[in-house]
Amino acid sequence: MAAPLSVEVEFGGGAELLFDGVKKHQVTLPKQEEPWDIRNLLVWIKKNLLKERPELFIQGDSVRPGILVLINDADWELLGELDYQLQDKDSVLFISTLHGG
Amino acid sequence: MCQVGEDYGEPATEEPPPAPRPGREQKCVKCKEGRPVVVIRAGDAFCRDCFKAFYVHKFRAMLGKNRLIFPGEKVLLAWSGGPSSSSMVWQVLEGLSQDSAKRLRFVPGVIYIDEGAACGQSAEDRAKTLAEVQLVLQTFGLPWHLVTLEEVFGLPPAVLCCSIPEPAGAEGAYKAAVDSFLRQQHVLRAQDGSSPPQAQGQPCQPHIQKPLGPLSPAGSPAAAQTEALSRLFHSVKTLTAKEELLQTLRTHLILHVARAHDYSKVMTGESCTRLAVKLMTNLALGRGAFLAWDTGFSDERHGDVVVVRPMRDHTLKEVAFYNRLFAVPSVFTPAIDTKAPEKASIHRLMEAFLLQLQTQFPSTVSTVYRTSEKLAKAPRDSRAAGPRCLLCKCMLDVDDADSATAFGAQTASHLSPMQPPTALAEAGTPPAPCCVPGLCRAQGCCGGTCGRESPRVCVIEQLCYGCRVNMKDLSPGPAGGPGVPDP
Repeated sequence: MAAPLSVEVEFGGGAELLFDGVKKHQVTLPKQEEPWDIRNLLVWIKKNLLKERPELFIQGDSVRPGILVLINDADWELLGELDYQLQDKDSVLFISTLHGG
Repeated sequence: MCQVGEDYGEPATEEPPPAPRPGREQKCVKCKEGRPVVVIRAGDAFCRDCFKAFYVHKFRAMLGKNRLIFPGEKVLLAWSGGPSSSSMVWQVLEGLSQDSAKRLRFVPGVIYIDEGAACGQSAEDRAKTLAEVQLVLQTFGLPWHLVTLEEVFGLPPAVLCCSIPEPAGAEGAYKAAVDSFLRQQHVLRAQDGSSPPQAQGQPCQPHIQKPLGPLSPAGSPAAAQTEALSRLFHSVKTLTAKEELLQTLRTHLILHVARAHDYSKVMTGESCTRLAVKLMTNLALGRGAFLAWDTGFSDERHGDVVVVRPMRDHTLKEVAFYNRLFAVPSVFTPAIDTKAPEKASIHRLMEAFLLQLQTQFPSTVSTVYRTSEKLAKAPRDSRAAGPRCLLCKCMLDVDDADSATAFGAQTASHLSPMQPPTALAEAGTPPAPCCVPGLCRAQGCCGGTCGRESPRVCVIEQLCYGCRVNMKDLSPGPAGGPGVPDP
């Protein structure tokens, strides 16, 4: 059983275009049966924050290749990628590397 | 193997155990002490400081091992606002402020091109972006040049003329230049006892370059030119050709600014990932003959100005992490392919393909990159003044005599000997990409095999295969309709 979590979700590198241009979102994830991990977070983002073109952000149950995920300023590969369990006050940053040069 | 008691019932193929994922409890692979923050390549976890050292070292090593940039040389940094070029400018800034033994010794300037008209941005959005850009340019503190893509209409036809490439310096020339520069610095320091001045007394004040073409009094491009540029890009049928056209115009504009202000080198911030995508894309576009110039470290096809790519060893992931961890300023500007679907252009398709492959095979991008390193620039006869493509300035890879090739079959049967590019300039015709719609307006129909006097056919004869393919997607302007403003 997961308690409600307060998490900061940030978008950069052009990914914010899919979220109405808003870079920082302070979100409160509701209580639910399963613990909150990145996989669930992505589903939640797709349902609640993503404004357009989901295929440019999410592919399958993960992010599209080319989008980096940083959890508390560290590479998500170090933390288990999709299986990382979110904690209160975590900060998740999605940077699109595909845009610009 | 064949032992008593061995169980042969096991499945023949077994999944090898997955490679251990780097975890947070691991230490940095380099210093063995710090807490890792980023995973580079396949499984190397670096801590923040080791990552910074690794990143900076790659940049300096790329410049150092190629030994192309001489001390005191003026180098123009092509900054698009994006992460890679911002990182490149930042590395140059940090390199300039090192202590004298390791300090970068060239004299940089920054150029930013406002491409809003080609991307369909409104005037207000462009003004907003420009304001952000100017703030960042002031942070950089280097002399800067702010140009708009519309100025490409004001370029003289001479930009399409080929200048004779300078002969490569002798082997010892670089070392000799560095030694003499250091001696000079030593003498100057001894004379006035203060910190050594810049090599050529370059004032570090930012300034705006005088505009190249006719501008409205407010300093922003004339509405007619914006309109014309917008129309030009709208007349291109495919996104692939649009991207190539934009690349061509941008390159010519940067080179012109470089020549006008005596820059002998231009640095572009193309990263490893981008170059891998570019290599594959260019193969698909028919530019396979020029891969070495398009993706190599140095690109000398323009003769007097050499384009250099110091970021070619850095992947986009490393660039993004570095920019985030060390707060490198950048400006986000929507581009021509922003939010385009995956199959909208060959560039996008190739990018999606490579990045998708990269997730499963993490050495994909570096393998393609290593391949590009091995490409040699061996012209058929070095320094021959062979005909060059009018647009991309590469040696023409056309062999018209051989009609058995696919290329030979394509070209018109009645071909005159190639006219030198200067003839086009003397005829007073404006630069090719901007005038094709206008030319056809003047001449009427231009489909394929009309008379040799047709300007479009004359232009196409002087293009390489890749550029000819792109030209096909440039639709002729409506006969008698408004074309490009008269030169």
